[in-house]
Amino acid sequence: MVIDLDRCTGCGACMVACAVENNLPTPPVEAQDNRGLTWLRVYQCGNGRTFPDFKTVFIPVPCMQCDHAPCIHVCPVTAVDYDTETGIVGQIPERCMGCRYCMAACPYHARTFNWWDPVWPKGMEKSLNPDVSPRMRGTAEKCNFCHGRLHRAREKAASEGRRDLNPGEYIPACVEACPTRAIHFGDLQDSEDPVAKLSKSPHAFRLLESLRTFPKVFYLSRQDWVKDVGKSRLEMLRKDIYRDSESESNG
Amino acid sequence: MDKGLISSEVERTSLPRFLAWLLPWVLILGCGIWAMKLCLGQGLFHTNMDNRFAFGLWIVLDLIIIALGAGAFFLGFLTYLMKQKEMREVLNTAVIVGFICYSGAIITLAVDIGQPIRFWYAYWHANVHSMLTEVTFCISIYLMVLAIEYIPIILRNRKLKQIPLFLVLEFNLHRIMFLFAGLGTFLSFFHQGSLGGMFGVLNGKPFAFREGFAIWPTTFFLFILSAIASGPSFIMLISMIVSKLSNKRLVSRDVLSRLGRISGILMSVYVIAKLIDTIAWIVVTAPSSGFDVAEFYRNEPFGTWVLFAELTIFGLLPATILLNRNRTRQTKWLVLGGFLTCFGIAFNRFVVTLQSQSVPVLSFDRFMIYWPTWQEWAIVGAVIAYGVILYSLSFRYLPLFPREKDLQAPRRND
Ligand code: SF4
Repeated sequence: MVIDLDRCTGCGACMVACAVENNLPTPPVEAQDNRGLTWLRVYQCGNGRTFPDFKTVFIPVPCMQCDHAPCIHVCPVTAVDYDTETGIVGQIPERCMGCRYCMAACPYHARTFNWWDPVWPKGMEKSLNPDVSPRMRGTAEKCNFCHGRLHRAREKAASEGRRDLNPGEYIPACVEACPTRAIHFGDLQDSEDPVAKLSKSPHAFRLLESLRTFPKVFYLSRQDWVKDVGKSRLEMLRKDIYRDSESESNG
Repeated sequence: MDKGLISSEVERTSLPRFLAWLLPWVLILGCGIWAMKLCLGQGLFHTNMDNRFAFGLWIVLDLIIIALGAGAFFLGFLTYLMKQKEMREVLNTAVIVGFICYSGAIITLAVDIGQPIRFWYAYWHANVHSMLTEVTFCISIYLMVLAIEYIPIILRNRKLKQIPLFLVLEFNLHRIMFLFAGLGTFLSFFHQGSLGGMFGVLNGKPFAFREGFAIWPTTFFLFILSAIASGPSFIMLISMIVSKLSNKRLVSRDVLSRLGRISGILMSVYVIAKLIDTIAWIVVTAPSSGFDVAEFYRNEPFGTWVLFAELTIFGLLPATILLNRNRTRQTKWLVLGGFLTCFGIAFNRFVVTLQSQSVPVLSFDRFMIYWPTWQEWAIVGAVIAYGVILYSLSFRYLPLFPREKDLQAPRRND
């Protein structure tokens, strides 16, 4: 996945699409932001300067699907696994015992926990996505690049006698919903794929590269300060980017 | 009935006084059980943990009591394997305190995990790469070992030892206890280390992450060292507190001083190791993770004072006090050294658990702090109350201190 931050307007359509696609329950009011069940959060951050030098950027953060995912090797019950075929870090809620070690390990805060029994607005439980099982209280969950959609696409391909998926046949809900086409999805291992090419762009970077988690989500920006903010706090300090200002986040 | 259960060789307070002592603890326990019912029955939203603070007060408590409970395995090791026979004076207390600590930790964990009924998945679907898997295996097996070590102490109760079968069982168990001491040492060594390793392997959390030796981060070794340094101090403090409350000499001064000195020696090794580890972390590990170390200590309450306090007030100071032979002969120094050692280890576990989650890793994230709810405090209170009640009952009805009678004799010098 490649997310073009210069295009993102922070509208939140991706968050809504993700919630509907993946049967995310409605959290109670007390959930506030840190107990929310969003699989994808959009952060807003500024360069810490005042007008007319002020600049802002919106950073959508889904699960990074790291190649060296910190969550996989810590889970005691193998409820997190790495699919070597797709490179997606999977989550098995039926096996999760809720110890939250994976959440403590993830530097991107991509994981959420079911603090409450799941509840949907009255009547909505009848229109849940049948491809995605709802999770129960006491389990950890996270974005899986809409695994349900992948399965559906594979079944369709199989029914048509194909083994491989056509480009664009499987895309996560956030990619489909983004009105500015800021999110691109494809095969990073296929050098001809537009997404693979974008990921090699000189404007591409990954979040917290210094941690060596090797995310499969790349960001694009032509603004150097945005790249530095994304890479690490040290980078940010070195370049004197909003050292004294707190960032804002919503999600 | 009550009198008949108390050993004829020792004196205990009257039953009404004993019940009056237990009453507040029973109330605290009741309050904690109510909180447990809320958390298990309705969910962990009763806590203040959230997606960012995935570990809260309960994990801090677990790490602390497991470290302090290390006295059980370490004194077993000293008594049975190193043949330090005089340690028998406090061995029963060490076993019971160990049992209380480990069972308390397991009770807390049972409430802490979101799906406690699935706890057996940790054995069935065990992930051999997870430090937590090793912790789960070792702690549960070690709790069984402690229960087996506890049985002969229970069987020495005045009434129970009148039953010939129990007498034979106690005698035979006693003869093979060195085997369990060995097994306990092996298991404890690894799970104490793995508890530290759990945090040291978090490469996504540069505050906790440490480079290491083979698969073990340095925190693995630091946790073992600090646990075996605090265990003897904790047993020493418990023995002194019980002695004070019951107004009796229970353990000879020589053994108490020895426990203090053992803590002092191990504490000094720990402080040196921690100092080297901290320097390596400041110079190499943190910058290579994209962090300037000052960033970790930028926000109060976790300012630089935390690092200073850990290394000096709760490290160097107790080590200096307890290493001094003259000071360990004086009660006030012994208590101060032991208290600082135990509090220091508790402080270290608190910092490792909470500060590593408070410090933001993403550059556009915020610093956050967490304060537990009454339900979380109540469960911590319940675990402490459970420990006090179990120990009080054991002290009253079981012969915990082999030299108690002897030490009450007039004009006896130790
Ligand atoms: S919360 Fe679930 S997925 Fe995460 S480490 Fe614990 S058992 Fe594994």
